[in-house]
Amino acid sequence: MKGLTVLSLLVWLCAVYFVGIYLFVGGFLLVRLEVNRTSACGDVLQPGVEPLDFCQSRPRFRRAVILIIDALKIDFARFDRSNTAPRPYENKLPVLEEAVSSRPSQSRLYPFRADPPTTTMQRIKGFTTGSLPTFVDVGNNFASSAILEDNLIHQLGQMGKRVVFMGDDTWENLFPKKFYRSLPFPSFNVKDLHTVDNGILQHLYSTMVGDDWDVLVAHFLGVDHCGHRFGPDHPAMSDKLTQMDGVIRAVIDRLQNDTLLVVMGDHGMTDTGDHGGESQKETDAALFLYSPSAIFPGPPSQDEPDVVPQTDLVPTLALLLGIPIPFSSVGQVLLPLFAPHQQTEAADGRLSQLEALWINTKQVNRFLETYSGLAKDIDPQSLSELKAQFARLSSEYLSALREGRAPSQRLASSMQDYLTAVRDTCRATWARFNPAKMAGGLAVLTFACVACLVTSELSVVLTEEKRAALKAPATVAIAVGVGVAAAQLLTRGYAEAAWSLAAGAISSEVIFLWRAWRLKRSAVLKNGAKASKLSRWLIPRRLLLPWLAVALLRCASLLSDSYVIHEGRVVTFLLLSLALCVPIHLNWNGHLLPPTPDPLKSAGLLPSPTLTPAAIRKESGTLLGCLGLLVLCSYLSLWFHGCREEQGLCQPSPFLSPLSRLQDNQLKNIYYILSVASLAVCAYLLRLCLCHYGNLNSSGGSAFAARWILPLLCVCTGLHWAVGATAEDAFRQLAELIRTAQLALPRAAFCLLGAALSLVWADPLTVFMKTRNAASSRSSALPPPRYRASTGISPQAELHHLIPQIYQRMRRSLEDGELSGGGEDDNRPAVEAYGLGTVYSAPLLLFCGLLGVGLLLLHPEGMSLAFLLLLLEMGALLHIHASSTTLSGSPGANPGAFNVPWTPVVLWSLAASQFFHATGHLPTFPSIQWGAAFVGFPDGHVGTVLPASLVTLNTFASHILFAVGCPLLLFWPLVREVRGSRGGRGYGEEGEDAVMEMRLRENPHQFSAALLQLATRYLFILGAQTFSSVCAAAILRRHLMVWKVFAPKLMFEASGFLVSSTFLLIGVTLVIRVDVAVGRWFKRLIPSVSR
Amino acid sequence: MWDHEIRAMASTHAIIAGSVFMATVLPTVLVPGFSVYGTHLLWLYSVSAAVAAVSGTVFWLLGVTAPTKKHTLGYKLSRLFRSCVYFFLSCLFFHTVVVLYGAPLIESALETFSLAVLLSSLTTLRCLCVLGPNVQAWIRVFSRHGAMSVWDTCLQITVACTLIGAWVGAFPIPLDWDRPWQVWPVSCSLGAIIGYLTGLVVAPAWIHYHRKQLTYKCK
Repeated sequence: MKGLTVLSLLVWLCAVYFVGIYLFVGGFLLVRLEVNRTSACGDVLQPGVEPLDFCQSRPRFRRAVILIIDALKIDFARFDRSNTAPRPYENKLPVLEEAVSSRPSQSRLYPFRADPPTTTMQRIKGFTTGSLPTFVDVGNNFASSAILEDNLIHQLGQMGKRVVFMGDDTWENLFPKKFYRSLPFPSFNVKDLHTVDNGILQHLYSTMVGDDWDVLVAHFLGVDHCGHRFGPDHPAMSDKLTQMDGVIRAVIDRLQNDTLLVVMGDHGMTDTGDHGGESQKETDAALFLYSPSAIFPGPPSQDEPDVVPQTDLVPTLALLLGIPIPFSSVGQVLLPLFAPHQQTEAADGRLSQLEALWINTKQVNRFLETYSGLAKDIDPQSLSELKAQFARLSSEYLSALREGRAPSQRLASSMQDYLTAVRDTCRATWARFNPAKMAGGLAVLTFACVACLVTSELSVVLTEEKRAALKAPATVAIAVGVGVAAAQLLTRGYAEAAWSLAAGAISSEVIFLWRAWRLKRSAVLKNGAKASKLSRWLIPRRLLLPWLAVALLRCASLLSDSYVIHEGRVVTFLLLSLALCVPIHLNWNGHLLPPTPDPLKSAGLLPSPTLTPAAIRKESGTLLGCLGLLVLCSYLSLWFHGCREEQGLCQPSPFLSPLSRLQDNQLKNIYYILSVASLAVCAYLLRLCLCHYGNLNSSGGSAFAARWILPLLCVCTGLHWAVGATAEDAFRQLAELIRTAQLALPRAAFCLLGAALSLVWADPLTVFMKTRNAASSRSSALPPPRYRASTGISPQAELHHLIPQIYQRMRRSLEDGELSGGGEDDNRPAVEAYGLGTVYSAPLLLFCGLLGVGLLLLHPEGMSLAFLLLLLEMGALLHIHASSTTLSGSPGANPGAFNVPWTPVVLWSLAASQFFHATGHLPTFPSIQWGAAFVGFPDGHVGTVLPASLVTLNTFASHILFAVGCPLLLFWPLVREVRGSRGGRGYGEEGEDAVMEMRLRENPHQFSAALLQLATRYLFILGAQTFSSVCAAAILRRHLMVWKVFAPKLMFEASGFLVSSTFLLIGVTLVIRVDVAVGRWFKRLIPSVSR
Repeated sequence: MWDHEIRAMASTHAIIAGSVFMATVLPTVLVPGFSVYGTHLLWLYSVSAAVAAVSGTVFWLLGVTAPTKKHTLGYKLSRLFRSCVYFFLSCLFFHTVVVLYGAPLIESALETFSLAVLLSSLTTLRCLCVLGPNVQAWIRVFSRHGAMSVWDTCLQITVACTLIGAWVGAFPIPLDWDRPWQVWPVSCSLGAIIGYLTGLVVAPAWIHYHRKQLTYKCK
């Protein structure tokens, strides 16, 4: 067995996948660190000469009305008199044009440019925090979507301003409990054009007339929904915009002199009415500012900005309303709204342009310093340039101020330059997809999938290869990686790890594929002209193979948001379809039923069947029974699904909520008993299985773990649930005890689990050996074993010849013992070994089971039913695979070929996805079960590594179990083999062949080839799913649902792949570990027997 | 070799396809307010009944049905009775399978059962007509060497097409297009009927083009 070759190939494949995912995710997911600091009036942002409290001074506006018309594109707001035949979306807001042309000192209309991603939630974050939100704002609390960063609404609240909100309920989620009054309306139904708008209109005017508000935010959704439903070029859009025109007119009529009106769109839309991407049609919205009193010096002049970036609204509004600029804002004030610096009127409290700029510059610089102290993602060179620029500005401004002369116009423009430079630097760091990285990631992943497929097809050749197959690719990869890093250092001054990794991965893949192709050719030449296996892949007929069709459908389903939303059911559907194909296919080949008695066969003209009719009938019965169990399990597993927000009418499973939340005591008891019972059944089934194959007789570490630690673990878990389920104030006297138990029980369980897993790892053999010739004087009289004579043979060869002999001898003695009831008349040296037939699968099964109980501990109690189903379905899948292998006769027909076909591997991976959903998980961030982080740590954590890993273990429990258990697919047909042939023991030498997993020991080459093939096949299926999810994110990056469905799906798929592949490696390593231990055991056995 | 039989099969299939067509058109004319989507169940039953009646009659007239050993009236009656029982059981079977595939268990049980009836009358009924009430023979037919006549091969093809059609018909259900044909069980029954019609066309054509390769054991 070439454990090292297999492992190194697998590790290399995983590493290549990881590099691909890392590269893609680095280009696709924009990451930014949130700074959790807030500005306050105390941070004196005024020039240091006169320390006056900023918040105390009289602001320019006392109140503001902010009308947000979702998706109000700039094209909708413009008015063109010469256009005589306007399209439905053109010239529908004449009020803006009228105001701008007739009252130029009171109003302005600007194009308002949003930063991608142009989705409503990200945009609201953008124009309230003044920052550039990205998909992952690290530090964001995933459990709730509330904005924790400093923002306008927070600052307004701090200042005691009463913020009244009405409209899109996204705001309510983003700013919970921040509003003085809030009237949210449901925004989810895109088809509904009027609910939100009409709801606002019912309250807007009456609120404005009243006096209990300072800032009024109204978010209309009709235009956006109209765009999604009909597109902009539709009469409905015309109606909607006309309605908005009326709204703006009515609001203007009701404005008072100290009130500012802001009408804005949060993003634009494409010609089809969608948004989310970065095209100019999506980013350019409209911004309309209006005040009943004059704010602008006059009609628009030359130095008006052409386009207002969305972030600029934040400092402008803050300074106009007299509140501190939010800490993380990177916008710059809109200068036309402030008095030109020639006039110095401190009287009405208006800030001059230069003062506003100075406050803004200081605030941005403070943010930049804080951020660059926390995160290192800003390019250091531009950072130092910016710092120098600020130092120059500040000294110039302060000296001018000290000398009492008016600062020059030049200073203002250089401050503007500084602010623009900071924003551009931040945008370059945070807010742009990196298409080159995305393409690179896709390329690496494509090659990785191909390499995986090639490895699985050529596993025999690759494991037989004398030289290490990976030496050249690894060397080349390191060389190329270092080369690229050096080139980057020389040309750009710094190296990016992602690119050198990518270059290394690609080059190693290419070298590997080239070598594999040559190996293949030489193997074909050696074995004569055999049809190339790779070319057979391209025949379209193969697409009709059920497993390939199902795998392709599964991958294709990741490209549609509806299928991702209903993924749990889709996967179950596909699993059932593929499972039903197994007996149908067997029947089609005539293996399912015993052949009808044929005159030709009875005449002996045809070779007699390998299996007797009785055995066939029994196997078919098992197969169909297990199929029924599988179908039942997958049907029942639908009860344990959670609900996505998009699913509408959906009730999350009652088993998902922890017991302590249940009110009804009787129900609680029933649930508890159910959970504990299913846990007990899990443990019992596991024990039964081990016991059945005689693995519990030994005195080794594994058997100890199975006999004692597993039940103890279950008891701990059950007690932990009982303690956790007690109501808050049920036992006041025992409160202390309960708290201790909540702390101690899960921790004890974790310790037990760790001990058991390391015991299994340290001593994986579950073989009990009884030497029956011990101390028997007769044994010395025996003729020495034959191999003693052949001294010329190397010890290695001796071993190879010897092992089957010993095994046969052991078997014979075992049977004799069974038959005669005692060993008195046995005069041969004999060894009895219990559990040798399942020496590989037993530790793996035990490992899986222990891990399963451990993972269950991290779940809500009700999930133990789901885990029972998982165990049963695993067993059913294994039995179906074993039976179909036996029935289709491959072990008999071709002994030593242990290859696992594709169908069970695809089934296995589908089952992993199915139980991801059936344990209450969903590929969305709100559905992560955060409770897992507090199992055993009820008072929280200090670091982040431990809770993160606990939550990861909880989320990917099913992936972990199926990945670790994957090698069982290889062993199970061998484990089950003995029973089938025992049924047919009466027929010739059938019984002698039943050596179960010792077959693997006898054919180490084929064993390692099959193991490699199985692992790469599983890895390929997982990788293909990840690849298609990556493709979905790349292709649909402008899709409406990209940040809601595809990006979270990609994150979950990618992390699931990471976890699965890691645990697959652990499983394979365990198998190799067992193999090494078995080898040692035989070495110890030989001298003792031959002596 | 079997030109005569192929011709008979093609005309039989044309008649059955015509009956499906008539079962759609006639009620549209006769029953007020009838439409394929609106009164879907009515359409399902009309198609099922038409297919059942026509194929039963045609196969009986053609004499394809497996020959009976006895010719007594009592035996024939018991055969008929057994066929009815098998048909009903197959409806239950399809209902169970469809529910296991994810159809709602209680809410739209009537719709699900109607789909089961349709599937039974498209598949089981043909088995009953060609092979008689003999489950062993049904299982035997669906194997590589199980077909013993042109009609058996034809049975294989139509049944497979119908079931695959119904299976594929389930795909559009989760999509959020809000079309009338996405409502349960419209897409599945449409898929089944389209698959069935495809099978009716494909079977004679396939047999015609593969007539050289086809060999049957004697009955």
